[in-house]
Amino acid sequence: MKRFVIAVYVENKYGVLTRVTGLFMRRGFNIDSLTVGETEDPAYSRITISMHGNENDKAQLINQLKKLYNVKNVRQMDKDTSMERELILIKLENTPETRSEVMAAAEVYRAKIIDYSPRTLCVEVTGEPSKINAFIEVMKPLGIVEMCRTGAVALERNRCIVDK
Amino acid sequence: MQKQEGKQMPGAQILIETLIEQGVTDVFGYPGGQVLNIYDELYKASDRIRHYLTAHEQGAAHAADGYSRATGKVGVVIATSGPGATNLVTGIATAMMDSVPMVAITGNVPTSLIGRDSFQEINITGITLPITKHNYFVTDVNELADTIREAFQLAKSGRPGVVLVDIPKDVQTAMGTYLPQDIVPFAEEEEVPDAEIDQAVELINEAQRPYIYIGGGAAGEGMSDMIRALAEKIDGYVGCTFMGLSALPNSYERFLGMEGMHGQYASSMANKDADLIIGVGVRFSDRATGNTEKYAKGAKIIQLDTDISEINKNIQVELGLVGNIVSSFKRILDRCEKKEHPEWRETVEAFKAEGKRIRDKEEETAGPALTPKKMFDVINAVKDADTVIATDVGQHQMWTAQYVDFERTRRFASSGGLGTMGYGLGAAIGAQIGSGDRTVLITGDGSFGMNLNELATAVTYNVPVVIIIMDNGVLGMVRQWQTLFYGKRYSNTVLGRKTDFVKLAEAFGAEGCRVWTLEEFRTAFETAMQHNGPYVIDAMIDKDEFVLPMLPPGGSIDDIITSREEAEE
Repeated sequence: MKRFVIAVYVENKYGVLTRVTGLFMRRGFNIDSLTVGETEDPAYSRITISMHGNENDKAQLINQLKKLYNVKNVRQMDKDTSMERELILIKLENTPETRSEVMAAAEVYRAKIIDYSPRTLCVEVTGEPSKINAFIEVMKPLGIVEMCRTGAVALERNRCIVDK
Repeated sequence: MQKQEGKQMPGAQILIETLIEQGVTDVFGYPGGQVLNIYDELYKASDRIRHYLTAHEQGAAHAADGYSRATGKVGVVIATSGPGATNLVTGIATAMMDSVPMVAITGNVPTSLIGRDSFQEINITGITLPITKHNYFVTDVNELADTIREAFQLAKSGRPGVVLVDIPKDVQTAMGTYLPQDIVPFAEEEEVPDAEIDQAVELINEAQRPYIYIGGGAAGEGMSDMIRALAEKIDGYVGCTFMGLSALPNSYERFLGMEGMHGQYASSMANKDADLIIGVGVRFSDRATGNTEKYAKGAKIIQLDTDISEINKNIQVELGLVGNIVSSFKRILDRCEKKEHPEWRETVEAFKAEGKRIRDKEEETAGPALTPKKMFDVINAVKDADTVIATDVGQHQMWTAQYVDFERTRRFASSGGLGTMGYGLGAAIGAQIGSGDRTVLITGDGSFGMNLNELATAVTYNVPVVIIIMDNGVLGMVRQWQTLFYGKRYSNTVLGRKTDFVKLAEAFGAEGCRVWTLEEFRTAFETAMQHNGPYVIDAMIDKDEFVLPMLPPGGSIDDIITSREEAEE
């Protein structure tokens, strides 16, 4: 089971996200994360999907997505030729015992403390999903109150998902 | 060219004008509150477009489907919002699973009432999302005409399917601009690169035991002749999936018929022994392959399909050719070498002989009563090349697949993928109306019971459809499984009904008769085939007839069951 990231360029219309996620349900694809947002052209949105599977699962996912009428293009974001980032907000207990360790780890991970209150503090980290995972592992013993990850976004370095 | 000014008209009229512009001459449907305006325009345009009123929206959807299968045209069905729309669902799914081009039009409550659980409001685009190729919810009357045009394009191009257009009532009444347009040619399907065609040709040239395996995607223009030409040229044989039936005449000596769970012995064996399988518009469904681990282990597979997602979906293939099937096939046919494979011929001829022996043995043991095989002998003898055969789902459907001799393309309407009981009568009516040819519905007492209300439709429009009910008083296919795999515990498959199908036919205003013997059946069928209007033949058969041969579910050709005794061991 390999991890792969797929970018889907879709028309920015009502119901398109439902069509895409509905496809995952009925074809039995299990995805790890999905993000969606507007692109440089407001008529289109970009969906980034990360999932685990074999080569066959990946090919089926791409080919089934391409069949959706509102989907204009689908590309795999190859690890070597693309940039991938994810963002996490993680809220931790603010206690005298853990505070300094949280702040030290934040420093190492180039994270930002974006909220500091008597009971909790909140850290923002951006990076590749593996870095996010590592940061979570470090934070676990320090009392995570709640957290929210965006899921991966990715762009290729030297080409675009549609011809420009 | 003269510049044309658009005409102002209400949305409902734009819809009808666009349907006519798209070449639609017949639509099936059922009126209701949210399509009143559409029906008003249908009334006004009744000299240019015919509407057939069915007894139930499901019947209308199946009729549009049967119409399409028999003609190759896009079937059109109209229903109102809410229950009208939900009643289409089974019909839409049935057509979609078999890649039948169809456009479904539904009315909906006015946009101001959407999302308020208004009377007869339903989110039909949401409901049909997984069972349509695409669907639309129209909110602007000026987008209606283009949406309908796009719907027809989509339904028919590439791998055909169902497109639904949901039109709220205020869009039907709003005034918009209609500008007639010529039908735009379909976006060209991609052509398979030359290198890949050459690869396929190389594999074919190397093959010693080639086998062409055709499915629903092999019904394209000129395919029937080309498939035969290729079989001759490479000295191979042809088998088919359920959906591939009627693509080739059964009389063609290299055609081995359907393979799979209830397929012919010869085609299943040839598939197993082949060293090269050329799949044409097939999707290697579970009913066709059985256990995929054991499927065609000794063969390389070339797969031609218009839908890229079918390649390697169920079976890993050596080479997938994605693009226009007709042109790829023609290029392969032109380029491959003429071959002789006497050993392969000998092998397959032996399979054919064994297949015939199995079938004859069945017949000997059958005795003097009315048996399916004998009934189909009569049907084949009396029908002509143009007769359309429709079926419902169950044992009678598999007997039809095994025994009917098709003579030309587009003469078969049956629910292969979804397996919809109750499909047949609506489909038969649609197929007859579309083709203008006499249609024979082969059904069972179970399936017929599901949607027999459409007899009313057949009578209203005096549709010459011959309905043969293979009446055994049980749900035969499920019973067969209960016999074989559930210790003969016949849970809810013994109908024990007192329905008199002859009186029922009469009550609907149709003719009917009941037969017990082969001679009675022959006479009745000959009469029915001459009858001007619907005719019901209630043919009494034994409840313990089996569909054989049978490959048990998840099994392979090695597990083939060829006789009852073998089955019950």
